[in-house]
Amino acid sequence: MDQIQEILNQYSILLFCYLIGSVTFIIGLKQLSHPDTARKGNLFAAAGMTIAIIATIFLYRNNHGEKLHNYLWILGGLVIGSIVGTLTAKKVQMTAMPEMVSLFNGMGGACAMLISLVEYHNDVTPPTGKLLVIVLGMIIGTISFAGSVIAWGKLNGRIKDKTIPGGQIINFIIFAAIIVFAVMVIGGFMDDGVTPYLFYSILALAAVYGILFVMPIGGADMPVVISLLNSFTGCAAAFGGFLYNNPVMLTGGILVGSAGTILTILMCKAMNRSLKNVLIGSFGGQKAGASTASKEQGSYKEISLSDTAVLMAYAQKVMIIPGYGLAVAQAQHACHELEKILEDKGVTVVYGIHPVAGRMPGHMNVLLAEADVSYDKLLEMEDANEQMSGTTVAMVLGANDVVNPAAKDDPASPIYGMPILEVEKAEHVIVNKRSMKPGYAGIENELFFKPKTSMLFGDAKKVLQDLAGELKQL
Amino acid sequence: MDSIANFFIQNYQMVTIVILSIFLGIEVISRVPSVLHTPLMSGANAIHGVVVIGAIIVMGSAPEDDYLALGLGFLAVVLGTLNVVGGFVVTDRMLEMFNKKKKR
Repeated sequence: MDQIQEILNQYSILLFCYLIGSVTFIIGLKQLSHPDTARKGNLFAAAGMTIAIIATIFLYRNNHGEKLHNYLWILGGLVIGSIVGTLTAKKVQMTAMPEMVSLFNGMGGACAMLISLVEYHNDVTPPTGKLLVIVLGMIIGTISFAGSVIAWGKLNGRIKDKTIPGGQIINFIIFAAIIVFAVMVIGGFMDDGVTPYLFYSILALAAVYGILFVMPIGGADMPVVISLLNSFTGCAAAFGGFLYNNPVMLTGGILVGSAGTILTILMCKAMNRSLKNVLIGSFGGQKAGASTASKEQGSYKEISLSDTAVLMAYAQKVMIIPGYGLAVAQAQHACHELEKILEDKGVTVVYGIHPVAGRMPGHMNVLLAEADVSYDKLLEMEDANEQMSGTTVAMVLGANDVVNPAAKDDPASPIYGMPILEVEKAEHVIVNKRSMKPGYAGIENELFFKPKTSMLFGDAKKVLQDLAGELKQL
Repeated sequence: MDSIANFFIQNYQMVTIVILSIFLGIEVISRVPSVLHTPLMSGANAIHGVVVIGAIIVMGSAPEDDYLALGLGFLAVVLGTLNVVGGFVVTDRMLEMFNKKKKR
């Protein structure tokens, strides 16, 4: 009797630890959505997670009241994962953050997939609810894993955008096949000899589906996709919660699943895109091609480095509008250098930050913060637009779509309706780009052909450094 | 189908938790400024690393001579831990930069 009471006591402690975990996740997410408390929220959730993990290792008992064993293996895995995870997360460049998040997300998906595989291997006889949970967890985990790896590859340029003809139909067929196979496995409609093959076919199909699902989506939309895959993994984790009757896995997983979905929608809204468009990947597709072809383009004028330097040195106020070009060129530090030189010459320098400049919302804020640019120099879009008319030089660094006037004037444009930074209101506009190629949305930018605009071609970092050199000599 | 019905009855509480958590998740982050989208995504990413608990259970319940289960379970623990630890550290690094700037 005492022994049973002992087990119950331990179980109650375990459940209490799980409760702490669930609560910290909720508070953590809540705090993460406010700038002032965000960091605390993250640490809070991490602490709750640690408690839940440790409690599981030492207090968990299965249905037969047996404790876990293989402690060495478990601890070994935890230690290896922690060391590798910390090192990669510390080492990664700020510009490579989105792909890092994607990769970690994929790991979570793979983890859910492996759990399902082992549980299936541990002999489950259909038809049971347990099998349902195992199969669903595996499908979603695998899609998330495969998709995240592709997203990671795309963001760091290893995998190019590819549209497969008829991709939509192929995807649909694969998806239908997954569902049919899953029903057959879960319902136990097939011979015991055939079912395992079906099960592993589902695994393979889910992997293919994950790959094909992300493959045609353009690089600009990747953050949205990562966010979506993130909520997928959350669901996969929640299925794990069902499998083990584990409340903390359930709440953690579902919270991420629903919060991730909302976040995905919010991200789409910030970019003025619908989720459906993102998923079909029509951005920069046929529609954009048509509007480009129909437009008669004028000629653009180039400006030399020394002319730019002179213009900036005698300006009252310079507004820098950073975009993805700045991020890929790793030019944030060079940009801060230039800002300091200009300030020494008595020029006011501010930054106009479009909410979706770069490849993810907030990308520019993070990058410039890394280069020690003062927080109050970063203007949000509304403020930036207000100050634009008092600006002598608006310098666009590797941004394109976020300053495209077509978003305001041209109802046929695919980005029509997206709020933009109205750089034309400034006295001079200097645009730094590597070439005349259109930006990620794949549409021409009329701004480049306006009389006010001068083009300064070259890699953002190199141009900024040379510009700083020129300015020092003035 | 009976067993699925039984499964539902047995897990009724879990289902309730799921539904409530869905609403909670939506409610909790519905007014997040766009600057924080990326860190929030990253933080949420770390939280679903809670799946590692499942991996620990799988690993800890595997028979000692079942090398397939041990191997896959071990891999699952490593990957799950990567998700948790990497996720929280990356998020912290991002947020550190916001905070540093704010204080000055």
